[in-house]
Amino acid sequence: MASVSLKRAPKRVVTFDVFNRRVRTLGMIAFSVAVLAVMMLLAQVLGVDGLQTRLDVRNQPPSWANPFGTDWLGRDMFTRTLQGLTISLRVGLIASALSAVLGLLVGLAAATLGGWVDAAITWLIDLFMSLPHMVALILIAFVFGGGVNGVIASVALTHWTGLARVIRAEVLQLKTADYVQLSARFGHSKMWIARHHLLPHLFPQFVVGLLLLFPHAILHEAGITFIGIGLSPHQPAVGVILSESMRHLSTGYWWLAVLPGLALLVMVKSFDALGENLRALLDPRTAQE
Amino acid sequence: MLKAEQISFRYTHNGPWILRDVSLAIEAGEVVGLSAPSGRGKTTLGKILAGYLPPLTGRVSLNGAPLPKSGYCPVQLIFQHPELAINPRWRMKRVLEEAFVPSAELLRDLGIEAGWLNRWPHELSGGELQRFAVARALGPATRYVIADEMTTMLDANTQAHIWQVVLDHVRRRKLGLLVVSHDAALLGRLCTQIISLPHL
Repeated sequence: MASVSLKRAPKRVVTFDVFNRRVRTLGMIAFSVAVLAVMMLLAQVLGVDGLQTRLDVRNQPPSWANPFGTDWLGRDMFTRTLQGLTISLRVGLIASALSAVLGLLVGLAAATLGGWVDAAITWLIDLFMSLPHMVALILIAFVFGGGVNGVIASVALTHWTGLARVIRAEVLQLKTADYVQLSARFGHSKMWIARHHLLPHLFPQFVVGLLLLFPHAILHEAGITFIGIGLSPHQPAVGVILSESMRHLSTGYWWLAVLPGLALLVMVKSFDALGENLRALLDPRTAQE
Repeated sequence: MLKAEQISFRYTHNGPWILRDVSLAIEAGEVVGLSAPSGRGKTTLGKILAGYLPPLTGRVSLNGAPLPKSGYCPVQLIFQHPELAINPRWRMKRVLEEAFVPSAELLRDLGIEAGWLNRWPHELSGGELQRFAVARALGPATRYVIADEMTTMLDANTQAHIWQVVLDHVRRRKLGLLVVSHDAALLGRLCTQIISLPHL
């Protein structure tokens, strides 16, 4: 066994650990933002020229001219995917913002009004959470007549529950916290306490909650569009692309589904990483070096 | 004089009584001990005296008048757990100066180092945090201090040190002090009078 101990010293490995936690967190945030910015910028730079039908280059596999290949009408899939993600981002932004504001208002109402209002809101949240997500999404999108409005309404109306719960719990906990009650004994007014003690706790929860809603909104937009009641087939939405590609998978045109799917995944994971790292940065416990 | 007359309290309607017809009085400059086994309502009484909880019956008065509803409360409570009495998102300087700006002398007496002021609460130990909580309670408008198991979680050295500073302040400024503890030896050393809460 002596030979084991005589092995040469392990090579010095430079790892990610050379950066402290704050630098890593900031790095991840910068990287996520960069990925998203590049996607959006590319969509603007490429424009919509690639969406023209060109029957002479139908069903081309990925190449330098068409990184994601072309579809059965000769449209450039790279352009279509990026345009689709831009639409997804826009829809996701509106839906998440609506949903987060709804969650904030409902959560605040439950925590501050208490009594039967709180009981009713808690019951409503439980009701929404017990419904299978996709079923509620489809029903609401259907009621709103499909299309962009249907997608936005369905995502906004089904995703407020998580944030509402977080805000409600946070406010209830803060209201009875020793340091908040102590602040009143130091002579500070309710407004002062709300501004200096409550708001700095709620704001990060809200922002992170909003950011983490994004991936859901985008995926559900794609999901609803995929089954045909979301965005119109004329738009290059990711859901539309994925839905169409299903018809061509058996013929071996794998790039129609795989590459746009991957791009969607990258976008969603970027938002996820952005939200998680922002959360870490806003909490003094995890924000330091 | 801080006076509690015939205080009764229970947390829920129909719940068990925590306090029943409790009366006590603390003179300015007096150190009174409050002792009782766990669960007898020592903390509850402390919170009532400092105006955190309204008594169900009876009244708390300060020099004959009820405690002020707004503005700085002349009766300050020091909590048992400093980490809960400090906003985790504030730096220590801000925590310290929420009520008033303490003199450098007070900070030195309590052993608060200048370097700590720029730290976050989770970067200090319980004993270090408690020094801040004590400093914060000794504002110029404070007349009575209620120390609820203030040093229970500290080691003997720190305990002695903090009590020395507090007693010194109490004597110099003629503050009233209620020491809530179930450490009989501690109360015996500090207090001129010891009150115990009966079993209900």
